Amino acid sequence: MRTILLSVIIVFTAFSFTSITNESGYKVGDKAEDFKLKNIDGKMVSMADYKNAKGLIIIFTCNHCPFSVAYEDRIIDIHKRYADKGFPVIAINPNDAKVQPDDSFDKMKERAKKKKFPFAYLHDETQEIAKRFGATRTPHVYVVSKKETDFIVEYIGAIDDNANEPQNVKTKYLENALNELIEGKAVSQNFTKAIGCTIKWKKD
Amino acid sequence: MKISLILILINSTFYLHVKAQTIPIVKFDYYEQLRSKQNDTTYIVNFWATWCKPCVNELPYFEQINKKYKNEKVQVILISLDFIKQYDFKLKPFVAKRELQSQVVLLDEPNYNAWIDKVDKNWGGAIPATVIFNNDKKQYHFFEREFSFEELDQIVIRLTQ
Repeated sequence: MRTILLSVIIVFTAFSFTSITNESGYKVGDKAEDFKLKNIDGKMVSMADYKNAKGLIIIFTCNHCPFSVAYEDRIIDIHKRYADKGFPVIAINPNDAKVQPDDSFDKMKERAKKKKFPFAYLHDETQEIAKRFGATRTPHVYVVSKKETDFIVEYIGAIDDNANEPQNVKTKYLENALNELIEGKAVSQNFTKAIGCTIKWKKD
Repeated sequence: MKISLILILINSTFYLHVKAQTIPIVKFDYYEQLRSKQNDTTYIVNFWATWCKPCVNELPYFEQINKKYKNEKVQVILISLDFIKQYDFKLKPFVAKRELQSQVVLLDEPNYNAWIDKVDKNWGGAIPATVIFNNDKKQYHFFEREFSFEELDQIVIRLTQ
């Protein structure tokens, strides 16, 4: 009887923990599970494919959101400056194309071509990866560092402190985090918030 | 060129006939003052923007609440997070065209990380987000999601009883 009760309790606890992790996603310090998502060129991309990288800048973003658009040039610039230092960008569009037709796979290809994205732009069609990470808005940044074969979450949040006026940015949260990681330091401000577009989840 | 000029003219004449509310541009202390008001008014504060599709979808419900409780101690405030440079071209025409009756303000605080937690620790930053409170009744609710009219109304009914 006791064993049954105990197992029931264990199962319940396990369940409630899973649901908590699923809802809130990764925290800084967590191990990020690898994914395999389709890039705009049709090829599948995983974090493990970046063999020489020290880490990755994973950005949940999309075509339509004005905040994503406002940050496009800055994301391109960050990739150009940090890919060589070991931190390339992987952009992931998690939006459901039925809810937001501008974020379809074909429109992703168009946008990437027009803006000449120098980084992978992946389609999270099932939205499972966005849920696993705990992304809620676009753009939503996760920096992971590579520790042997593991990817550890080092920074979650915004790119900088002014979406609309790049000339008035005072703190570059993402770049500060990357610089600290490159110097082998811990990230001092590892979590920030920003206004963004809600991820367009599939309607049941 | 000519066509767009004509369009601008038509547009401006049209808007002249609509009596639009003035939209104050405010800083974060506006919200702090509102939040700390010691009275029996139920405040429904909605964070939205003209570019946010789910926000625009639910605006009519906030307007409906505003109308339904016109003679009661209920106040709807729509805090726009539109970019300041779109104030004249986007927000003003939007509010005028839809003849929004609830109070609209533009919150000009682009350093989001500095104040999102001050609204609510549980807010990730996605909009729409809504705060409903009544300080006399010591009631406070935060929602980072869309509403239906019925859901909103249920909460207001509870707080105004």
